[in-house]
Amino acid sequence: MAMSQIKEESAPAASAEFESAVSVKNITKNYGDVEALRDMSLEFPRGQLTSLLGPSGCGKTTLLKIIAGLLEPTSGTVEVGGKEVTDPGPDRAFVFQDFALLPWASVIRNVAFGLEMRGVAASEREAIAEKYIKDVGLAGFENAYPHELSGGMRQRVGLARALSVDADVLLMDEPFSAVDEQTRRKFQEDLLALVQNENKTFLFVTHSIEEAVYVSDQIAILLPRPSRVSEIIRPSSFRNKGVDNIRRDPEYLDIVDEIWASLRSYVE
Amino acid sequence: MQNRALLLKLLSAVLLFGAWEIAGRVPVSFAFPTFLESMAALVRMTLDGTMLTAYAETLKPLAIGVAISAFLGIAIGLWVGLSKFFDWLFSPIFIVMQAAPLAALIPLLVLAYGIGLTSKVLVVCIMAMPVIVLNTSGAVRNTPESYKEMGRSFLASDLSILVRIIIPAASPVIFAGLRLGISAGFIGAILSELKITPTGVGDIITYSRSIADYPSMYAAIFSIILLAVLFLNLLEKIELALFKGNERGYVSD
Repeated sequence: MAMSQIKEESAPAASAEFESAVSVKNITKNYGDVEALRDMSLEFPRGQLTSLLGPSGCGKTTLLKIIAGLLEPTSGTVEVGGKEVTDPGPDRAFVFQDFALLPWASVIRNVAFGLEMRGVAASEREAIAEKYIKDVGLAGFENAYPHELSGGMRQRVGLARALSVDADVLLMDEPFSAVDEQTRRKFQEDLLALVQNENKTFLFVTHSIEEAVYVSDQIAILLPRPSRVSEIIRPSSFRNKGVDNIRRDPEYLDIVDEIWASLRSYVE
Repeated sequence: MQNRALLLKLLSAVLLFGAWEIAGRVPVSFAFPTFLESMAALVRMTLDGTMLTAYAETLKPLAIGVAISAFLGIAIGLWVGLSKFFDWLFSPIFIVMQAAPLAALIPLLVLAYGIGLTSKVLVVCIMAMPVIVLNTSGAVRNTPESYKEMGRSFLASDLSILVRIIIPAASPVIFAGLRLGISAGFIGAILSELKITPTGVGDIITYSRSIADYPSMYAAIFSIILLAVLFLNLLEKIELALFKGNERGYVSD
C-alpha cells in the first residue's frame, strides 16, 4: 500500500522530519469521575493540517479546547511554538462548530472582534476585516447581520474572524458539520487552498472519515473509553493530484475503508 | 408592511373602543360609562388643567421609582447572574417581593416610612424591581456558553466579555423584564395613590367614584394606560437603537 503509517498504541512521536507547531504532552482530563482524556500525547506539524478523528465521546473536542486554553487539563502540558500555554493566546484562533457569531453585531464587527480585543484601532481593524471578508467570498455583506446569512455564509464569517487575527495555529472544531453537504464540499476545497497558501498550522476536529482523509496531511484517530490516540495516518500520494481527483484516488479510498474498519466496533 | 401594521393597530383600537361604547350604551352596569362620555371627560379635564396637576403629582413617585428599579434592578440582576453567592443571597428576597400581596403590606410601609413620597416610591419599586432583577439574572446566567468561549479565545478581558458579550446577549430578556417591571410600576404608582394618600391620578379616580362621576374616573384610568403604552413603545425604540441586531422578528413594529 502506498501510504506511510506510524502505528503505535500510545504516545506516537512526530516524525523527525517535521517541526511541531503544537505538541500535547501527557494530557489527562477528568470530569469528576469520568475520564475524558487519559495521558494523551500528540504532535502537530507546522504548516500542515492535522485532523482529530473519532467516534463521539472520544474527547476530540475536549482536546482541542484544552489546546485553545479554554479548558484546563487535569494534568499534562500543551506547548505552542515551543512555549507552554495554559490560557488562550494570540498564537491561536478558534473556529466554532456553532459559529459563535454575535447576533447583534454586523459581519464586519464580528470579523473585527478579535482585532478589537487586541486593541487595534478602528480604521485599521476595519481595513483588515474587509480584506478577509473579501477573501472568504463575502464581499458586499459587511453590514449584514448574522441572521440574514445562510449557515455556510455564517461559518465563512467565523473563518474570516479567525484568519483576521493572524494566529499561527487555527483550531477548527467540526467547522463544517452545521452546513449543508454541497457547501461543505466547497469549504473542504477552500480549506485545502488555505492550508497551501497560508503559512499556518491547522487543527481540525471532525467526525466525518471522508472529510478527514480529504483535507488532512495527518490524521490522528482517537478511540474512546479510555480516550487514546490509536493510530496516526499520513496520506502521501494524492495531495498533489488536484482537488477533483482526490475522491477517486485509490489511496484515498483505501484509507477511508481502513479507518472505517478500525472505528466500526466503537460505534453503537 | 409599515402601513399594514398601523392599519391593524387602528382596527384593533376601533374594535376595542367600539365594544366599550356598546357595553356602555347597553349599559352593562350603571357605573360603566360609554367610550365617548369618557373621552369627553378626558378632554375636559385635560383642557381645564386637572390632568396636568394630577400627573405632576403622580409622575413623581412613578418616575423616581421606575428609574431606581431600572438602574438598581439591572445592576443587582447582573451581579446575581454572575455570582452564585449573590444569587443565594439576593434571589429569595426578590422572589418573596414578587409573590407578596403588596396591598396588604402597604400599612406596614406607611407605619415605617409615613404617608409621603418615600412610601409611594417604595410601592413602585416593590412592584417593578423583582421582575427586572429576576429577568436580568436569568438572562445573564443563560448567555450561550459558546459566545463566552469565543470571547475568551479571542482574548477578551472579563470586563469586555461582560460589556460586549453578556449584556448584549441578555438584552432582549432584560428589556422584556423592563417592560414587565415598568408596567407593574405604573400599577404600583396608582395603587399607592389609592391606598396611601389620594393624590394625583389616584385622587381623580377616588374622588370621581365617590361623587359617581364615572366618565371622569374611567378617563383617568384610560389616561394612565395610554401613558404606559406610550412609554413601553418608547422603551422598544430605545432597545432597537441600542442593540440593532436584536431586531430578529419578535419586535412588532
